[in-house]
Amino acid sequence: MGCAKRIIPCLDVTDGRVVKGVNFLELRDAGDPVEIAQRYNDQGADELTFLDITASSDNRDLILHIIERVAEQIFIPLTVGGGVRKVEDVRRLLNAGADKVSINTTAVLNPQVVEDAASRFGSQCIVVAIDAKKVDNQPFEWEVFTHGGRNPTGLDAVKWAQKMVSLGAGELLVTSMDRDGTKIGFNNPLNKAISEAVDVPLIASGGVGNLQHLVDGVTLGGADAVLAASIFHYGEFTVQQAKDYMREHGLEVR
Amino acid sequence: MSRLQVAIVDYGMGNLRSVANAFKAVAPSISVAVTSDPEQIAQAERVVFPGQGAMPDCIRELDARHLRQAVVDATQQKPFLGICIGLQMLFEHSEEGDVPGLGVYQGEVKRFPADKMHDEQGAKLKVPHMGWSQVHQTQAHALWSEIPDLARFYYVHSYYVAPEEAALTAATTAYPFDYTGAIARDNVFAVQFHPEKSANAGLQLLRNFVNWKP
Repeated sequence: MGCAKRIIPCLDVTDGRVVKGVNFLELRDAGDPVEIAQRYNDQGADELTFLDITASSDNRDLILHIIERVAEQIFIPLTVGGGVRKVEDVRRLLNAGADKVSINTTAVLNPQVVEDAASRFGSQCIVVAIDAKKVDNQPFEWEVFTHGGRNPTGLDAVKWAQKMVSLGAGELLVTSMDRDGTKIGFNNPLNKAISEAVDVPLIASGGVGNLQHLVDGVTLGGADAVLAASIFHYGEFTVQQAKDYMREHGLEVR
Repeated sequence: MSRLQVAIVDYGMGNLRSVANAFKAVAPSISVAVTSDPEQIAQAERVVFPGQGAMPDCIRELDARHLRQAVVDATQQKPFLGICIGLQMLFEHSEEGDVPGLGVYQGEVKRFPADKMHDEQGAKLKVPHMGWSQVHQTQAHALWSEIPDLARFYYVHSYYVAPEEAALTAATTAYPFDYTGAIARDNVFAVQFHPEKSANAGLQLLRNFVNWKP
């Protein structure tokens, strides 16, 4: 009964190529986006997320062409994020073939964009990405960071999540900045706190190093979906192996 | 203008390219187009009525483009596939925005009730219902051809249809209670899930629709 827990390979894309970094730094080339997307689809991925981490504005449109090509061949939900600043950016990504658009830094700088995009295109296609880090200089445990983890915002991640849902976010993509690229597992207490505070689905992200981490993300972190990049990109595990493992551990998967 | 084999009704709500892409993938030789021309819809061999967003907006935009009659006519005349809000709009009324639908079928579109959204272990079930759920086929139908019972399809919705007549239901999904995941009547088939995003099972359903002779 219910919904299968989704496994979402994440492709960080810059200048038309998939890359993977450690703690948002040290990017390594991992291949052609369309080929990788096809491979994950064939392995049974439930959804794909593309994050455009292109720094310069000149190459920003490359992601649109990638999404167009992927959407012609792959028939599972596609989420795209990175550099979304205006409602118009959301529209362009949806028109290219994205099913959902993820908004991160802009949600903090200009929350109205979340509200406007949700009311125009529907909450079902608006994902708010929250990058959070454990802090000890605030009256709360996890603080929201922006600009790829560089800038503290002074915002409590749990309260921020609730506010984003009230503005129309249909899903939350929560990345633990302390864990991203470390392979030591999701920040389950953070995810659990947010998942219990909102009604919309939560995608856990940041830190997956083995298949047990995916199971823990659901059972300990209350995630509805688990996102991972490097364990799939470098061929350590296939999506199918991840699903088999989750199923063996009592989780509902497709 | 030659007659379209599949007309996908465009009333300005969301991206219909995925639906068109999926039809092109399963039936490369047929003519498929996204259209907001009532005449083209009236002439088409088959009509697909998709939808996303909020139902009040969908109804308003449909009327703004003078497409209501073309859609209602198609439900009486030719193979017709409703998807998501395109299923919901066929009913009389929606709790979403308290608006009337097209009233092709009797029944109500309801929101998942907050007090029931938990599983047997008491864990919270999220709304929107977003993800892959099993679709239990409750009647044999050409559109289920080659699709196993309980195959998973991709859903994303916060409202579901409650037809007055139980025999209309062609499939149910449990989340957490059984609700109508698909309806079938004569030349009409309509689904709450998104076949265009449901990988092989979804593509098979679209292939079945293209080949369907009700």
